[in-house]
Amino acid sequence: MIEFRHVSKRYPDGTSAVEDFSVVIPSRETTVLVGSSGCGKTTLLRMINRMVDPSSGSVAIDGEDVAHVDPVRLRRRIGYVMQNSGLLPHRKVIDNIATVPMLNGVPRAQARARALELMDTVGLDRSLADRYPAQLSGGQQQRVGVARGLAVDPNILLMDEPFGAVDPIVRADLQRELLRLQRDLGKTVVFVTHDIDEAFLLGHQVVILQKGGVVAQRGTPREILARPANEFVASFIGADRGKRALRVARADGVDVVVDGDGRPAGVLVGTEEDAAAGGPGS
Amino acid sequence: MSWVSSNLGVIAASALAHAALSAPTVVLSFVLSVPIGWLAHRYRLTRGTLLAVAGVLYAIPSIPLFVILPIVIGTSARSPLNVVIALTLYGIALMVRSSADAFDAVERDVVDSATAVGFAGMQRFFRVELPLAGPVLLAGLRVVSVSTVSLVTVSGVLGIPSLGLLFTDGFQRGITEEILAGIVATVVLALLFDVLLVLAGRVLMPWARATARRAPRARTREARA
Repeated sequence: MIEFRHVSKRYPDGTSAVEDFSVVIPSRETTVLVGSSGCGKTTLLRMINRMVDPSSGSVAIDGEDVAHVDPVRLRRRIGYVMQNSGLLPHRKVIDNIATVPMLNGVPRAQARARALELMDTVGLDRSLADRYPAQLSGGQQQRVGVARGLAVDPNILLMDEPFGAVDPIVRADLQRELLRLQRDLGKTVVFVTHDIDEAFLLGHQVVILQKGGVVAQRGTPREILARPANEFVASFIGADRGKRALRVARADGVDVVVDGDGRPAGVLVGTEEDAAAGGPGS
Repeated sequence: MSWVSSNLGVIAASALAHAALSAPTVVLSFVLSVPIGWLAHRYRLTRGTLLAVAGVLYAIPSIPLFVILPIVIGTSARSPLNVVIALTLYGIALMVRSSADAFDAVERDVVDSATAVGFAGMQRFFRVELPLAGPVLLAGLRVVSVSTVSLVTVSGVLGIPSLGLLFTDGFQRGITEEILAGIVATVVLALLFDVLLVLAGRVLMPWARATARRAPRARTREARA
């Protein structure tokens, strides 16, 4: 469990990135911090591994204030995946993945063997092990980034817009993989994005941030969609328009669901309770 | 070619002495400039001052420097140490700016991500920043190396053994062939140094070439799917 307690971050020039932010991030689930640029989401993420120290308030992991933990040791037990993968361009794929375990003192041969296993885990062909990052596609690089994040088998995985720089098709692929990994591994994932669709897809818990790290709403995607807390949230998630404002229309005796622009989005096959009971749609 | 053929020993000995003065100068310039360049890169406030001071070094005329140095540091007038120290100053003048540029050229994202995964300060410098600054550092060092080999000839005026002695001796005795031999040998030595640096770069930075070539992309799950 990661706990933000009344965290603020002010810079010497007087600007404030985050003001009195408090949120509990449950273990073994994905929490997504989502908001436009300038909402302080990356600053908050970086407070967890002490890339940024709060001006006031505290961040605790399983009850332990991170301010009392040596930052380097803290970082070596937390996975970190960032946009543009952040891989070391002068190290081969396999060495990039083995980097952190080797910093922790794992023998080279063992770290490299584990790195190959991790390549399987994230769906990378082992033949890529001896390539340099620049010799891979953007999607492949992100997979290496995820593998590196998992290399020390951390409880916590921090992801800072990891799929922001790849094309939509590859992004969808990577998102599916992350969902699969999360089902298998059950890490505490903190994921930062500006894309509300990505947030709803990946998050068990979604925290919608306004400027200055103000929590506009926190809840499951379902709770947020059902009851947007205010105008800002409603407009941010687009609840009142497009593909989120769905209507049922009757066509040829079937319930067709249409979106806000009247385009058909699908067919209504029943309720979730029906599906759970093995009814139509299952 | 009679002078050359009968004085091959002299040329070889001079070339060797020349190399023995150049090599430590190039190495010292590099080792001293990298930390100064890093400081200039890291701290905005020091940047202007450091680069300006380093640049001004190059404006010091060399002959007076050779004369003053022994008095300042207490070496004898003909000590090779004077040459190494004086030319190292010129090397620093060129290399500090290259070093600052080299560290500037390292992607901020990569350094951040190295910090994020747990590289401590010195580890990050030696294993991430320094190697990634390598290509630009090498480019700067090649200029320093060629410039140093050429400048060492000035020490001939002081009578310190180097290929420069072939110029002074050739002028005094009116042997054109000796002067030409000195020029050619200096150029060859400079090229040799350059080749060695390029080779060292290839060995130490295999990724730089591999990346520039961009090998064909491999098939992955996403490509196959």
